[in-house]
Formats: sequence, C-alpha cells, structure tokens
Amino acid sequence: MSTNDLTISSKKSFKSFLGKVVHNQLFIPLVALLLLVLFNLAADWFLHADTSFFQIVLKPSSTGSKILTGNLITIIDNASELALLAVGMTLVTSAAGGQDISVGATIAIAGSTVLRIVKGYSPDISGGKFAVVIICSFLLCVVVSAAFGAFNGALVAFFKIQPMVATLILFTAGRSIAAWINNNDNISINDERFGYFGNFIPGIAIPTPVFITAICLIIIALVLKFTNLRLYAQSVGINSSSSRLNGINPKIIKLITFIILGICVAVCGFIKVSRTSSITYAVIANNIEMDAILAVALGGNNLGGGKFNMTSSVIGAYVIQFLTTTLFRMKVSSSAISAYKAVVVILLIIMSSPFIRRWLDDRKSRREAARVTKAEAALEAAVEVAGDVAADVTADVNAGKESV
Amino acid sequence: MKKFMKTLLAGALALSMTMGLAACNGSDNKGGDTTQAAPTESKETEEAPATQGGNDGELIKVGIINNDPNESGYRTANVEDMKKVFTEANGYDADFFYSLKNEEQIAAAQKYIQDEVDYLLISAAGTSGWDGVLEQAQKAGIKVILFDRTIDADESLYEASIVSDMAKEGQQAVDWLASQGLDEYKIIHIQGVMGSSAQIGRSGALDEKVAAEANWSIVVQQTADWSEETAQQIVQSVIDSKESFNVIYAENDNMAKGAAAALDKANISHGVGKDVIIIGFDCNTWALEELLAGNWNYDGQCNPFQASYIDDIIKNGVKTKVVIMEEKGFDAKTITQEDVDTYGI
Repeated sequence: MSTNDLTISSKKSFKSFLGKVVHNQLFIPLVALLLLVLFNLAADWFLHADTSFFQIVLKPSSTGSKILTGNLITIIDNASELALLAVGMTLVTSAAGGQDISVGATIAIAGSTVLRIVKGYSPDISGGKFAVVIICSFLLCVVVSAAFGAFNGALVAFFKIQPMVATLILFTAGRSIAAWINNNDNISINDERFGYFGNFIPGIAIPTPVFITAICLIIIALVLKFTNLRLYAQSVGINSSSSRLNGINPKIIKLITFIILGICVAVCGFIKVSRTSSITYAVIANNIEMDAILAVALGGNNLGGGKFNMTSSVIGAYVIQFLTTTLFRMKVSSSAISAYKAVVVILLIIMSSPFIRRWLDDRKSRREAARVTKAEAALEAAVEVAGDVAADVTADVNAGKESV
Repeated sequence: MKKFMKTLLAGALALSMTMGLAACNGSDNKGGDTTQAAPTESKETEEAPATQGGNDGELIKVGIINNDPNESGYRTANVEDMKKVFTEANGYDADFFYSLKNEEQIAAAQKYIQDEVDYLLISAAGTSGWDGVLEQAQKAGIKVILFDRTIDADESLYEASIVSDMAKEGQQAVDWLASQGLDEYKIIHIQGVMGSSAQIGRSGALDEKVAAEANWSIVVQQTADWSEETAQQIVQSVIDSKESFNVIYAENDNMAKGAAAALDKANISHGVGKDVIIIGFDCNTWALEELLAGNWNYDGQCNPFQASYIDDIIKNGVKTKVVIMEEKGFDAKTITQEDVDTYGI
C-alpha cells in the first residue's frame, strides 16, 4: 500500500464520519446548544460579568434548606414543562402528521381543575390528608386533560379534520373553559406545601419539576422501548392506509397519541399552577404550543409526520429554554423574545426546505467528483515518478477508485 | 370499533354531566359568598331607592353594555356590583349585554335605543366608533353614562363618565414608596400588557420619579403581560445575574405573586421590614391577605364598584361631568381585616 492511498482513505473515513455526524438528527439541536453556550461565554467575557452565566451555587432558600441556584438550574427547571410537551407533541406529529395548537389552553384547563380541588381545603390539614387531596386533584386533572386530548384525537382520527384545525377549537375555547371551571375567581393557594411541586421540596437541592420530568421521560422511554408505539405511530404517519392493511388501526393510534399528549399536558398544568400557587386564565402557558412545536422542529423531526427522534425533540425543548433564559439575561424585552424565536424558526425552516437540501446534495456530489479527479491526477503523477512499480500502483488506483 | 365509540360517547356524557354539576355547585357557592360578603352595602342601596321606585310607580329602564365578565377578576367584581345595584327592588328594569368587541357593543346600543331605554350605561371595549350611536341616543332623549372606560367622542354626547385614574393609582403607589425613605431605590419594574391603560398609568408615575430622583434606579423594566410565570422568570433572571434590588413594582397582584415566588426560591426576604418591598395593584382578596400577613408592602386599588356612583347620578342628577372614583392604596402596616373584607375583589 502506498502512502497516498493511506491518506486518501483516512481523509475519506474522516469525511464520512463528519457526514454521519452532520446527518444525525441530534446534530442540529446540539449545534444550537453549543452556539448558545459559546454566545454566553462570549457575553461573560465582553460584559465583564462579575459572575459567570454558568455558575451554580448551593445556598439556603427561605425554607432554610440548601438549594442549587444559577442560570443552568433555572434552564433545566423552567424547561421541564416544555420537555414534556415536546414528547407528546412528537408523538402526535409523527402519527397525525400535524400539530396540536391547543396545549396552552388545555394547560389552563388542567391547572384550573387542580386549583378547583385544592382551594377547597384549609391550609392546616394534616400531611396525609393533604397528600390525598393532591393525588386526587392530580388524577382528576389527568382524566380531564386526557379527555380533552381524546376530543382532539377523535376529531382528527374519526372525522379526518386536519390537526391544526381540529385543535383550533380548544385553542379558542380552552381558556374560557378554564375560567369557567373556577367561576373566573382569581385564586391563590396559601398552603406552602402546594408550592413544593413547582419549586423545591425542603431538604432537596434540585427543583421538583426536574424530578417530575425525569420520571415522565423515563416512563415514555420505557414505553417506546417495550411497546410497539414507536413503530405503529411512525408507520401510521408514513402511510396510514398501508399500515391499516398490515393490521394496525390508524384511528386508534392517532387517538392514543393525542391522549398521551393530554396526559403530558396534565402534568405541565399541575407544575405550572404549583410554581406560583395561582393562575391567570388568559395568559398561563401563553404561546407554549408554539415553543413545543418549535422543539419538535428543532429536533430535526419532519413536521409532516412519520419517523421521529424523541431524544432530539427533548434536547430541542431545553435549547429553546436556554435561548429564552439567555435573552432574559441580555435584558431583551420579554415581548420581543418571540421575535428572536421567530428568527430560529426561519433558519430551521430554510435549512430543512427542499431547495436547500437539493443545493447541499448538489454541492456534495460536485465536491466528490472533484475529489475523484484530483486523486486520479495525483496518482498519475506517482505513476510517472515510480515507473517501476507501475503495475502495483495501477492496482492501487483501481482499488482506490472502487472504494471512492 | 363500534364498542370503542360507544364507550367514548358514554365517557363524554358522564364527563359533561359531572362538569355540569360542578358548575352548578360553584355558582351556588359564589352567590352565597357575595351576599354574605357585602350585606351592609346592598341593604342600604336597596332600602333607600325602593321608596323612590314606589313613588314613581314605574321602573327606570337601563341598558347596560359591559365587557365580558370572564375578562378579569376586576370585570367579574364589576359585573356583580352592577347586578347588585340595578335590580327591580332598587327601581330599575335593567338589561345586560356583554362583549369584548366594539362592533357588537355598538349594535347592542342601537338595539337598546330602539327599545327606548331611559339610560344607556356603557363600558366600551374600544375608544372609537361611538359618535354615531351616541348622537342617535341623544336624539331619542336617552341619557348616556360611561363607566370604567372613556371613549373618543364629544363630551356633549354623554351625561357623565365614571372612571378610574390609573395615573393617580400609580402616583399614590410611588408617593407611598417615596415616603418609605430608603437610601437607595433599586427597582424591578414588571409591567402589564404594553399599551393598556393600566400599564400606561401605573408605569408613568414610576418612570417620572425615577427620571427625577438621583437615588432611584430601574434594575430591569420588563413586561410580563399580566402573567405570574413570566414575572417569576424575569425576577429569577435578575437574581441569577446577581444584581441587587430592593423594590419590586408589579403592575398587578398576579405578577407580584410570581415575583414573590422567585424571591422565596432564592431566600430573599420580602415584606414589612424585610429586604425587598413588594408593590402590587388591584386589591384581590388574597393579595390583601398577603399584606395582612406582612409578606407584601403595598397594594393599590383599582375600584370596580362604579354602580353606586351611577345610581347616585341617575337619582340625584349630574354634579360633575367626569367622576374620578376614590381609590385607596393599602399599606401592610395599617391594613385591617375589615379592609380585606370590604375592598378585596
């Protein structure tokens, strides 16, 4: 083997490795994450901030126990709801080929349901009784928002309405329903134990929503691993009639994905109202549906349905919260934050558009063609210099060509 | 498949029934609460004009056009107050119309004019487009009283307007804050929806003061769109960036609550005699309770109880064209349980 050949093959394997990385679905969200990290490091440097964006400290909270604080903790904490929604939204996207835009409104309903139960109890009930109240309120909120999910799912699966149009109904009506559940009372829960689920449990240094999300993510990972949900959802999304011919009922699968999203929404609603122990029906989880859809898109998933990668959706959710927290850090007006997110959306959509894809593919094939001719020229030169071993080299060239 | 549909249908029916029950329950409770909460007020208004209604022998016909009661806690309190005062026992034959849309409100006003009401009470959704319908009312001899919100129309077109002065609310709060005599005011200013009258009024007073005083500064000024979670995130980001502050000026109670939640997380004490002063607005009952417990420092009232003012104008005549309602601000040091019961909404 000549040295030329070695360098070519090593270059090639590096390139193919790079290609693999670039074409991996995790590439886009991870690069976005990296960019945000670099941006914040640069901002630390240029602003001469006293403390780094990434500093995490352990210090006592008002309950007396030590807790972790810092921007990274805030990001992981605040992204909890979004990560859960991204999970549900990915499944719905995959099976139904469209998105549910009513999640924000359904969170309002779920949160309102929780408060409706909890507000009836005085703050001095014992721990055991309180746990029962919380569990009951949570179960009811799961049932209610799963029912609303089923409503959306039924419209999509049985009446064949486009997901975005079907969920537009609850998008419009949901917040009114939430207000109606509690007679539009401006509720505030005095019991500090109710706030444990959205903040910290005394004695534990990590925010509770992180645990709740971790548990839910593990459950969903197990479900995807040990059931056929992933396969069925993808096959329904790719071709629903052929999956029907193969014995899968597309309607039921679509319905199930909407119900799963409903359950995710219930957990989100519960965390949201626990964070502040109160609710504002008109603005709770405002525009969160757009963030959830953006997380799915940022994860490189096809919004038209079919194959999906759950991990990259979840990372997408954390990236979005990272972006939000970064913008807050830069003191960008909170009303302008959606404009910055819009920039990300535009970039993503352009990057995944057929036009750019074709252009990239063209470039790639042109570059490969150029490389082949270059390699041939180099080898011809080698042939001239080492005429003696010409036969040997031509064999190598042939081998090289083959592998190219 | 059929079986599945059946169960789905049965489930939906069962759900709707239980929800219906829950709703009935709720409204019953609510009714009980309000009658209990303000028995003295309603008694007074009921007895006095009842005799007058008897004298006239016939009811005063009023058409009331209001915004949707679901809009906010303020509106809910406002609508209930209206319903309590404009009753038959009080000598009124009242008809109510609710909408958040200006065109629908104008259409309703035209209908009331055709019905020949005596008075038209309007809380307009939008400020413009009312001239035509108000002229019609004037020709028909119908008196118009505006409440809560003003409109861009000639003053001669309406009898009176009863409004809150949001700028005054803000000024009261800022004056109170100035009276606290801190060495330095480092303020987190959490604004409502930009451009809303409450936001403009309440921000204006603070902005002026900060511009005028050397020891007043704004650490961050952000809109949280009346949302407690956004307020929480804003305060959280200030805490994370280790900037120091000692005042939170939130333009409504919910945002103040979100800010307080962020402070609790970071072990920053707030309230009477503590590190951070918390200011809220609107006087929700639970917010006044926070004041009573000393967790917050000040809450500015936005008075939703215009009905008694209107009642007074209808029965005793117009004294001034623009009536600005009396609005209180509560200091945590002086607030009493009675205040909470009377002024909480």
